[in-house]
Amino acid sequence: MTGNTKQMPKDGAFLPRDRNWQPPALAPAYKSSILRSPQQALLSLDNTLSEITGPVFGHSLLGRLDGDLIHNFARAGEAAIGERIIVHGKVLDEAGRPVPSVLLEVWQANAGGRYRHRNERYQASLDPNFGGCGRCITDEAGRYRFLTVKPGPYPWPNGPNDWRPSHIHFSLFGTGFAQRLITQMYFEGDPLIWRCPIVRSIPDRRAIEQLIALLDMENTIPMDARAYEFDIVLRGRRSTMFENRLEGN
Amino acid sequence: MAEDARRLKESASQTAGPYVHIGLMPNFAGIGGVYDSDLGSAMVNDRTLGERITVTGVIVDGAGAPLKDALIEIWQADAAGLYNSPAETRGAADPNFTGWGRCASHAETGAFIFRTIKPGRVPFIDGRPMAPHITFWIVARGINIGLQTRMYFADEMAANDADPLLLRIESRHRIRTLIAPREGDTYRFDIHLQGDRETVFLDI
Ligand SMILES: [Fe+2]
Repeated sequence: MTGNTKQMPKDGAFLPRDRNWQPPALAPAYKSSILRSPQQALLSLDNTLSEITGPVFGHSLLGRLDGDLIHNFARAGEAAIGERIIVHGKVLDEAGRPVPSVLLEVWQANAGGRYRHRNERYQASLDPNFGGCGRCITDEAGRYRFLTVKPGPYPWPNGPNDWRPSHIHFSLFGTGFAQRLITQMYFEGDPLIWRCPIVRSIPDRRAIEQLIALLDMENTIPMDARAYEFDIVLRGRRSTMFENRLEGN
Repeated sequence: MAEDARRLKESASQTAGPYVHIGLMPNFAGIGGVYDSDLGSAMVNDRTLGERITVTGVIVDGAGAPLKDALIEIWQADAAGLYNSPAETRGAADPNFTGWGRCASHAETGAFIFRTIKPGRVPFIDGRPMAPHITFWIVARGINIGLQTRMYFADEMAANDADPLLLRIESRHRIRTLIAPREGDTYRFDIHLQGDRETVFLDI
């Protein structure tokens, strides 16, 4: 029962964010949020052109290895160390329609849980062949795909013994700047997910489950790389009268 | 009803964390050779139309300390008030201006800096002109969902006084948190996350 997309105001206002689904600014168990969370009410306003428009990025931006984190920083003939995985999925809007031409930028720790960053303090080893960044742009069906190594969990200074679950950071551009989103992808079965204060800043368990990628044996390449499937949903646009009628039937 | 269009829920945001530069500004982070340059680092070229300006400031936390690990993106219209976006239907924007910039807070001072042009006016939903403004989006460690706000220009007071968004701010003294004073060609826009001078953030 999808509406006729031709009837959609392609560039209309976005649906308001569900602030009970999204994490609140202040989540005291995540200590960094205490001094960095606005305390006044947000000013709510319907979208104007300033929010409905946004930058777009063409496929010509991409280099051949941009979506291949195993090789895009590695020396010639070498490869990053770790469990080889494919991370793939679709970018959809809230109506379930695929969103093409979305720029996805990802970053992650290496297989040992170590980031290549000057502020990183963890003693785990750097991998000389792993940089930790990648990007791609969704195709007409909203699909994206990365090749990488599974990032390791890592300890972080928050509580006395907090460990981040294995995760990949995702940044997404939709068609309007108000859709701008940064999130994190977790891995099915990781017991650290439910202990993590950053994960638990999200109030609704279903919203957390939506961030957990599932092992996808169908797209696993035998003797090569396991696949994980991860769909991401961006804010949708308001529907038309026409579509309302269809969906009301 | 708008709710009918919501078969799925927007993915929950998670903090960009302290290592956001690896993904969004790898050359800045010292990870060279993967991308030619960091996206959004240059907004104007020699042929961009409009008045050259600099926008700079810091983001200040509830203890008065500048954030040194934040990432800021801005989005604005060109000098004629047109957005360089497929969703712009009023005309073709300046092809030498994307309108989008990305900058990291300086690791020691916390300062961000954008070299851009002063945007033209864009109509509000009902057709009234909005005052010239730049949209800001801020992410960092400790920020669970990107913060949205706008910068307005102190030398546009007549336009600011009639701006539909600024008119919606009930505590009139908070309007000034969105207005950047000008000195030379530089506008200073400090963003306060908490306290007496907390910036007006938007749910938009
Ligand atoms: Fe991380």
